[in-house]
Amino acid sequence: MFKQLPLDQPDSVEIVLNGQSLQVPKGISVAAAALSNQQNFTRTTPVSGKKRAPFCMMGVCYDCLMIIDGKANQRACATYVRNGMHIDNQEGVGPAMEGISNE
Amino acid sequence: MNKHYQLLIIGGGPAGLAAATTTAEQGVSCAVLDEQPAPGGQIYRAIESIPAQRAKQLGSEYLRGKKIAAAFRESNAEYYPDTKVWSLNKEREVGILQNNEANIISADKIIVASGAIERPVPFPGWTLPGVMQAGAGQILFKSAGIVPDNGVVLAGSGPLLLLLAWQYLHAGVEVKALLDVTPLGNHLTAMPKFPRALLAHHYLTKGIGYQIELKRAGIPMLFGVSELRAEGEDQCQRVCFKHAGKQKTIDSELLLTHFGVIPHTWLTQSADCKHQWDDSQQCWRPEHDEWGNTDIEGILVAGDGAGINGARSAEHAGRLAGFEVLFALGVISQAERDKQAAKDRKWMQDERHIRPFLEKYYQIPKNLLATADDKTIVCRCEEITAGEIRQAVRKGHDNTNQVKFYTRCGMGPCQGRQCSNAVAHIVADETAMPVEKMGHFRGRPPVAPLTLEQLASLKKDALS
Amino acid sequence: MNSDVLIIGGGLMGSSIALQLAMRGCRCTIVEKDSPGRHSSGVSAGGLRLLNRDPAEIPLSVEASRMWRDIESLLGSDCDARFPGQIRVAEDKADMEKLEQREALVRSLGYEHEEIIGKKELYQLVPALRPGCVGALINRTDGYARPYHALTAFRRKAESLGVKYCSSTEVYNLRKEGEGWEIRTSQGTFNSDILVNCAGAWANNISTLLGEPVPLTPKALMLMVTERLPHFVDPVMGAASRKLSFKQMQNGSLIIGGALVAKLDFEKGKTDIDWSQLAESADTVVSFFPQLKDVRIVRAWAGIESFMPDNIPVLSESQTQSNAYHAFGFSAHGFQLSPVIGKLMSELILDGRSELPIQPFHISRFN
Repeated sequence: MFKQLPLDQPDSVEIVLNGQSLQVPKGISVAAAALSNQQNFTRTTPVSGKKRAPFCMMGVCYDCLMIIDGKANQRACATYVRNGMHIDNQEGVGPAMEGISNE
Repeated sequence: MNKHYQLLIIGGGPAGLAAATTTAEQGVSCAVLDEQPAPGGQIYRAIESIPAQRAKQLGSEYLRGKKIAAAFRESNAEYYPDTKVWSLNKEREVGILQNNEANIISADKIIVASGAIERPVPFPGWTLPGVMQAGAGQILFKSAGIVPDNGVVLAGSGPLLLLLAWQYLHAGVEVKALLDVTPLGNHLTAMPKFPRALLAHHYLTKGIGYQIELKRAGIPMLFGVSELRAEGEDQCQRVCFKHAGKQKTIDSELLLTHFGVIPHTWLTQSADCKHQWDDSQQCWRPEHDEWGNTDIEGILVAGDGAGINGARSAEHAGRLAGFEVLFALGVISQAERDKQAAKDRKWMQDERHIRPFLEKYYQIPKNLLATADDKTIVCRCEEITAGEIRQAVRKGHDNTNQVKFYTRCGMGPCQGRQCSNAVAHIVADETAMPVEKMGHFRGRPPVAPLTLEQLASLKKDALS
Repeated sequence: MNSDVLIIGGGLMGSSIALQLAMRGCRCTIVEKDSPGRHSSGVSAGGLRLLNRDPAEIPLSVEASRMWRDIESLLGSDCDARFPGQIRVAEDKADMEKLEQREALVRSLGYEHEEIIGKKELYQLVPALRPGCVGALINRTDGYARPYHALTAFRRKAESLGVKYCSSTEVYNLRKEGEGWEIRTSQGTFNSDILVNCAGAWANNISTLLGEPVPLTPKALMLMVTERLPHFVDPVMGAASRKLSFKQMQNGSLIIGGALVAKLDFEKGKTDIDWSQLAESADTVVSFFPQLKDVRIVRAWAGIESFMPDNIPVLSESQTQSNAYHAFGFSAHGFQLSPVIGKLMSELILDGRSELPIQPFHISRFN
């Protein structure tokens, strides 16, 4: 959907996005990184499992929730990329909690 | 960071920065709490770090932010970026989150300058990936130099649409069409306000200038569009609408919409400030006097968070609130306040000349505000449709908060930011009552994300 | 407006009483100063708890528990009620002793619903609990429902039987008119044969008008709710010696309570969250379930409840006036009792006595 325009100072960091290793410009948000790297959606909803992607980019819609460095429900538009960051699409409410055996 | 300041300013946009510069200049100890990593708010986002070439593509209004940010940096005001404010109460205690740690600090005076958000208007398909708010496009552009790569359709009503189309044109983006849903009748109803608008003619000439350029570049601009919807399997694939009596479709994987902006009132609501419904701006805003004083002693509002008047007004409002604080703290006398504030008061009046016209011209029609299609999702978080809301009202839950309790609208992570207005309009429509009688969702803190561990960290050194 | 019974207060209690009276043919009117469920009933955590009740309440609560399990036949809605049980966790031997004493007390009263379980069963029931706890006290049939849905269901059924709700109707004055009542309100005058005081945190205004003020203390209790989580706990959680109370709702979010008191300006009806107490509560939750540390709080709120000094309600006829009755002061644990309160008050009003032992709740205990 989106692409990166060429920049003057291409300082970059390495992140792992949905299992893929990527170089992205330093200082951009996780949402920006996802949208400009062929991610068509960034989560599925807990209610119906429908796909969603970032909507407002300013932290007021909570549609861009992703799993960032193991923590679920992180606003991707309000989190900035860091070297070695792991980012995954969030499915529903996120992964099962530690210590569950009854589902 | 101190536990207590003479003045705390919440928000790092033009109003907050101007207020900070004004008060720090005259010796008041003040701090700006900004959720962003750098000053500028949304309107001047990334103003300090943006490469010169990209800044040019954004237009001259954007560049105003440079001076405002620079003046702020030079002042003695303290600046705390990456700081989320999650609560405010009438004792002027502010809950903040920095570096994963929660704290409560306080101030003699508080200026809330948390700006505006896009007016969220549900329409069929608005939850599909690829449908975003126009402001989102601007933020991606300003802060990361990211633009649509396979073209974009812009739709909605409001000056921002025109500006974004122009910015994209200059960045080499394919704007497939600009679909203006402003009812054609608005031209007539807005005419009486036009003469006053001429007093702020720079707005009008700018707007006309953009239109001419876009036309010359061959970008299709359709007016009087209705029945806007996005369609696709799992993502936006085409934009459908009605125009000149015919159903039309444009293939596009990206649709950016804009239906005006409204004050972001979640903090002032949770602080229990009185809010009023502004019929002209079609939004709730905190009640305040011309200096920004709310009904809560010591809490002021300034900028678009107080009422939509644009970025230039926000600067003036920030300074007016600053002068008022200087007076209230006893640093200057009332006469001195009035003298120092005279210019900003005049400029603010000048800026306001355009507003009645713009507000009337860009009034969003009722059938968009009170979502007409029953199957359209209104509460994005809990996936509640307009039909379910109407049904709840018919069952006797006849105000906004009762609908919230019954349907769970507004109980999701966004706390009703994206659905509260639509719910109020739908309930008003179903009950044939005015929107202001419906109430807005009772704002509840924390208004920014706060985890159990972060909250627990508060007890380590809570205010006693 | 004329009716047989006028009930002051449109929350759960008022609605439950109106329903039972209407089922027995009475014409009832409810006057509510705001909107139905605006106060205590609207801020309830929805707990259906028989565990750890004051001994005086146990017989009422046992009957209420039975009614909740079959609430659909009474109200036409199941109120989304679930019954996964409720436990109080013992962290050490001292806690365990405390719980064993409680179990013994309840048994001595002739009831079997509170049961001690050991470490093995505790961890079978709540595998997500942090290691090191030694056992718990459990009521296997406790649970929770959705308060606003319950209120709506009571109201719907009551209205279908002719009960009239008058919102935004505040009572200013009461006057005996012969054997009946003339009630002056912000929306005009009402007349009825019988008056019932279900005014919650404002009930003392009414009992004072009746000449029998009570030491009622309005208090604001705080609750927090989190974002939705993967399912990880079934029973409602409490602790033997720490303020812990939470449940995972049907949609996966947690409601966290625990007798946390907020600041209250009763005259203005305004509450102010006390964050240091909520911080304490958050800390307790995380200490029992460390995997919850990154869970986000979506909102915190405080609701005004009516507390009596002995933490049990007032349920009786008036001491000073004939044809007047009281049902208030549920001290933040009324939700579970609501169906049975309707039943016993209707018996008191229409038959002169209730089937259940309500002597401990008499208003005369405050003289």
